[in-house]
Amino acid sequence: MSTEFIIAAIVTIVGLTTPILLAALGELVVEKAGVLNLGVEGMMLMGAICGFGATVSTFNPWIGILGAAAGGALSSMLFAVLVLELNSNQVATGLALTIFGTGLSSLMGLSYVGFIAPVFGSIFPASLASDPYLKVIFGYSPIVYFALAMVPIVAWFLKSTRAGMILRAVGENDLSAHSIGYSVKGVRYAAIAFGGAMAGIGGAYFSMVITPMWAEKMTAGRGWIALALVVFAGWRAGRLLVGAYFFGILMALELYAKAAGFSFLPSQFWAAMPYLMTVVALSVISMRDRSGGNAPACLGKPFLPST
Amino acid sequence: MRIKLEKRPEPSTLMAFATPIASVLLTMAIGVVVFDALGIKGEKAVIDIFLTPLLSSYKWQDVAVKAAPLIIIALGLSIGNRAQVWNIGAEGQYVIGALAAAGVGIAAGGAGGGLIITLMILAGILGGTFWAMFPAFLKTRLNVNEILTSLMLTYVALQVLGYLVGGPWKDPNGRNFPATAPLQPDQTLPILFPGTTVHLGVAIAVVLPFVFWLIMSRSVFGFQIRVVGSAPDAARHGGFDAKQTIWLSLLIGGGMAGLAGALEFAGSLKAINLGFPSGYGFTAIIVSFLGRLNPIGCLIAGIVLAVTYVGGQVAQTTVHIPNSTAGIFQAMMLFFILASDILIRYRVRFVGSPKAAPIPAAGE
Amino acid sequence: MAIITRRTFMQAAGAAATLPVLGNKAFAAEKIKIGFIFLGPVGDYGWTWAHNKGREQVEKELGDKVETVYVENVQEDASAIPVIRDLAQQGCKLIFTTSYGYMDQTVAVAKEFPNVKFEHCTGFKRADNVATYNSKFHEGRAVLGTIAGKMSKTGTLGYLGSYKVPEVVLGVNSFALAAQKQNPNAKVKLVLIDSWFDPPKEAAATETLINLGCDIVTTHTDSPGPLQILEQKKLYGFGQGADMSRFAPSAHLTAIEDIWGPYYVERVKMILDGSWKSSDTWDGMKEGTVVISPYNKVIPDDVKKMADDIQKGYKDGSYDIFKGPIYDQAGTLKVKEGETMKLADLAVIDWFVKGVESAA
Repeated sequence: MSTEFIIAAIVTIVGLTTPILLAALGELVVEKAGVLNLGVEGMMLMGAICGFGATVSTFNPWIGILGAAAGGALSSMLFAVLVLELNSNQVATGLALTIFGTGLSSLMGLSYVGFIAPVFGSIFPASLASDPYLKVIFGYSPIVYFALAMVPIVAWFLKSTRAGMILRAVGENDLSAHSIGYSVKGVRYAAIAFGGAMAGIGGAYFSMVITPMWAEKMTAGRGWIALALVVFAGWRAGRLLVGAYFFGILMALELYAKAAGFSFLPSQFWAAMPYLMTVVALSVISMRDRSGGNAPACLGKPFLPST
Repeated sequence: MRIKLEKRPEPSTLMAFATPIASVLLTMAIGVVVFDALGIKGEKAVIDIFLTPLLSSYKWQDVAVKAAPLIIIALGLSIGNRAQVWNIGAEGQYVIGALAAAGVGIAAGGAGGGLIITLMILAGILGGTFWAMFPAFLKTRLNVNEILTSLMLTYVALQVLGYLVGGPWKDPNGRNFPATAPLQPDQTLPILFPGTTVHLGVAIAVVLPFVFWLIMSRSVFGFQIRVVGSAPDAARHGGFDAKQTIWLSLLIGGGMAGLAGALEFAGSLKAINLGFPSGYGFTAIIVSFLGRLNPIGCLIAGIVLAVTYVGGQVAQTTVHIPNSTAGIFQAMMLFFILASDILIRYRVRFVGSPKAAPIPAAGE
Repeated sequence: MAIITRRTFMQAAGAAATLPVLGNKAFAAEKIKIGFIFLGPVGDYGWTWAHNKGREQVEKELGDKVETVYVENVQEDASAIPVIRDLAQQGCKLIFTTSYGYMDQTVAVAKEFPNVKFEHCTGFKRADNVATYNSKFHEGRAVLGTIAGKMSKTGTLGYLGSYKVPEVVLGVNSFALAAQKQNPNAKVKLVLIDSWFDPPKEAAATETLINLGCDIVTTHTDSPGPLQILEQKKLYGFGQGADMSRFAPSAHLTAIEDIWGPYYVERVKMILDGSWKSSDTWDGMKEGTVVISPYNKVIPDDVKKMADDIQKGYKDGSYDIFKGPIYDQAGTLKVKEGETMKLADLAVIDWFVKGVESAA
C-alpha cells in the first residue's frame, strides 16, 4: 500500500465520518441535559435543504452553513416546545420530528431539484489542498475542521465550564437542579437548539460538500447512526470521536472490500461489519467497564417539578 | 397572564378520549386552510386523507392490512417501553421473523395446510425473539445499552435478508432477481372475507390487544412490568428482578415483531424481496406511545396511523398533493396528539386572566 | 394537466391566496385516465424522474384525450396493492407500475380488474391484462464501455452498481466487454452498494474506486453524486438515466437516457383505439428507448465515431456486444465463438464476464 493510497483512503473516511460526528456531538449535549431526541435524521435533512437553499440563493457557503444550523435548530425547537412545555413523550416526539423533517425538507426541496452549488471545499491554497500528501491535512472543507474542533470544545465545555456543569446537573438530577435555582427548561432549550444546529450542519455536509445538490432523503439514515454513536461513546466527547472514526473506517472497509474483489466472504458480510463491530466493540468495552457508560440519569424522562 | 399547570389527582378519562379526537380535528382544520393557501382544494384533501379511508368501505381492507403489523409490533414494544427498556430494533426483529417463516415455507417444499402455516407463524415468533435475545443478553450480562444494540442489529438483519434472498433462498424460477419463491396458495394465511386482502393476521391484530390487556391488568407479570418501569427501586424491594424484566420485555417485543413479520409475509406479500423491510418496526414505536402504552390504545393508534398512510396515498391521486405533504400532515397530527397528552394528567389554569383561553397547542 | 408541477406548487406556496386555484380545473370532456405508480420521488433525477418525463410526454401529446395521475414514493411491499387498486377504482384504464418490486402486487390487482390494463416495468409475470416492458439499458453500456476503454489511461474502470440483479449484471458485462474490445487488458472493478439511492455512500464508493486506480467510473445507481466526485477529482464518468451534465460539466462524458415517453404514448394510443394487447416489450436504441446524451467535447473525434458506430449498429441490428467468445470471471467459456446470447438468457444472467473484479 502506497502512502498516496492511504492518504486517499483517509480522505474518504473523513468524508464518511464528519456528518455523523457533527450530529452525534450535538445529540451528546442534548442527552447530557437529560433529553433524548430521536429526531436527528429529520433535523439533518432540514439542515441539508436549508444549507443548500441558502448557498444557492446567496452564492455564499458560509451563509449556507448558518442556514443549515438555523434550519436544524428551528426544527428542533418544535421538539423542544413539545417535550419541555407540554411534557410530551420524548421518544415519540423525536420520531415525529423525523417524519416532519423528512416531509418538510422534501417539500422545500421541490424547487431545488436539479440545482447545483459549488463544493464547499478546502479554503487553503490549492498548492496545499490538492497536494497528494498535504491534502491529508489541508484538503478538507472548513466543516471538517469545525467538527474536529468541536470535540475538545464540547468536552471542555461539559467538564470544565460552569455552564457545562449546570447542564450536566440538569441531566443528572433535574429536580435538585431546579430546587437550587437553575432553569432546567432554559438549559434544555439551549441544549436542544445546539443539537439541532449541529445536526443541521452535519446534514449540510451532504448537500454542500460531499455531493453539492439536493435530493430527497439524501442523508440516507445517517442520523440513526449518530444516535447509536452517542451511546457507543458512553456520553463522552472524546470517545465519540474515536467511535465515529471507528465506524467511518468500517464503512470505508466495506467499499474497499467490495471494490478489491474480496470474494472469500459474502458481500453482505462486509456491509454488516460496521454495525456488527460497533456492537462487539461496545460489548468488549463494557466487559471491562461495567458502568454502562455514564448515561445521564434523567435521560428521556419528563421534568415534573412539584411547584 | 400566566399559564399554570395543575396536576390532576387522577388522569382524566374524558381527556384521554377527547384530546386525540380534538387533535385530529385541529389538524384537519389547519389542513383545510393550508391546502387552500397552497392552491389545492383543502376540504377535499383533508377529507381524503382523514375520512375517505374510514368512510369508504372499499378502503377498510387497506387500513386493516396496513394497521395489523403496526398494532402487533406496538403491543410488544409497549411492554418494554413501560419498563423503560428501549427496543428500537423492532424492524430487524420483524425482518428476521419473516425470514424464519420463509425458511419453514421453503423447508416444507410444496407442502401446505394448517400445520405448515402454524409452524411458519411459530417460526416467525421464534425468529423475532432470537434477534431480540442479543440485546437482552448484552444488556443483562454486560450492561450494553439496548438502544445501540437493537438498532445496529436491524442493519445486520437487512444484510441477512439480502444474503438469503440473493443467495441460498433465491427463487430458482425468479429470473435471478433477489427474492424468495412465492408461497403456494395453501401455504398462505386464510383470507377472512372472500374478495378482500384481509387475512388472518388482521384478526390476530384485533384479538391480541385484548389478550395483552388481560395479561397487563390481571397478572403479576403485568404488575411487575409497570412497577419496574415507574419505580425501579420499589421494584427491587418488592423482589422483582430487573434483569428478568429486561429479558422478558425485549423477548416479547422481538417475538411480537417477528410474529408481525411472519403474518405480513404469509398473509400479504407471500414472498420476501429486498423491498420487504419498509419501516413498520419504526412506525410502531410511535404507535406504542400514541396508544399510551396501553394495548387497546395501540389498537386504536395503529388504525389512526394506517388511516393517514392510506389517506395520504388517496390524496396523492385525487388532489395531487406530493407524498411529502402527506408526511407533514401525519407529523402534525402526531405533534398535536402528543402535545395534548398533558391535558390528561394536568389541568390548565390561566392565572391572572379571568377569561377562558383556548387550549395551548404546539405550533411551528 | 392535473398534476401540480414542482414549480407551480412552490409559486402557489409563496403567493398563497393571491393565485388562482391550481390543479383543479374542471374537466369539460370526459378524459380517459392513465395511472402511474412511482418508486421514488419524481424529483430523484434518476429512475422515477425519467418515468415521469414519459408521463409528461403522454400529457403533452394526448392531453386533450387523456388525463394522467401518479403516486410517488410507493413502497415495494404489500402496501403497493391498495395504491394500485386505488388508481383502478378511480377509473384509470391503463396503469403503469414502474418498478420491479410491484410485480406480484400488479398481477394481484389485475385479477380484480379484468377491464383495466396494466403495464409492469422490468418484470416477467404477464396476464391478459398485464403487459411487461423493459429497456435494453445494456446497449447504452456498450457505448459507454467503448468510450471508457479508449479514454482510460490506467485501464482500470470503476462500476458503481446497486444490487446484483440481471439489469445490473448485464450493464456490467456489456460495459466490460465493450471496454475490452478497445483495451484487451481493461479491468472493471465493481462495487454494489445495496441501494439505488444513497448519495453519501455512492460518493464514498466512487472515491474508493478512484483510489484503487479507476480513472473512469460509470454509475448504475440513481443520484448524480458520483459524477460530482469525479468532477472534483478531474476524472470522467457517465450519467445514469438522464443527461446529468449540469451536475458535472467536465466529468460527464455522456449518459444513458431512459426515454419512456414513446412507449407510453404508443400504449396509451392503443387504449384509445382499443387495440391494446398484453405483450412483453424489450426496446432499446432501435426504438428510441435508450438514448445516448450529447458527447462531452473532450472525447476525441475517432472515439466519438466508434461510439456512433455502435449506436448505428444497434439501430440497424448489425451490432451485438454479447457475441462469443465470452468467458466468465473464472475463465470458463460461456458463449462460444460465433454464437450470440439470446434475449431470454440475457434476461436472467447472473454471472460476470472475465475482467470484472467483484466481491462475492
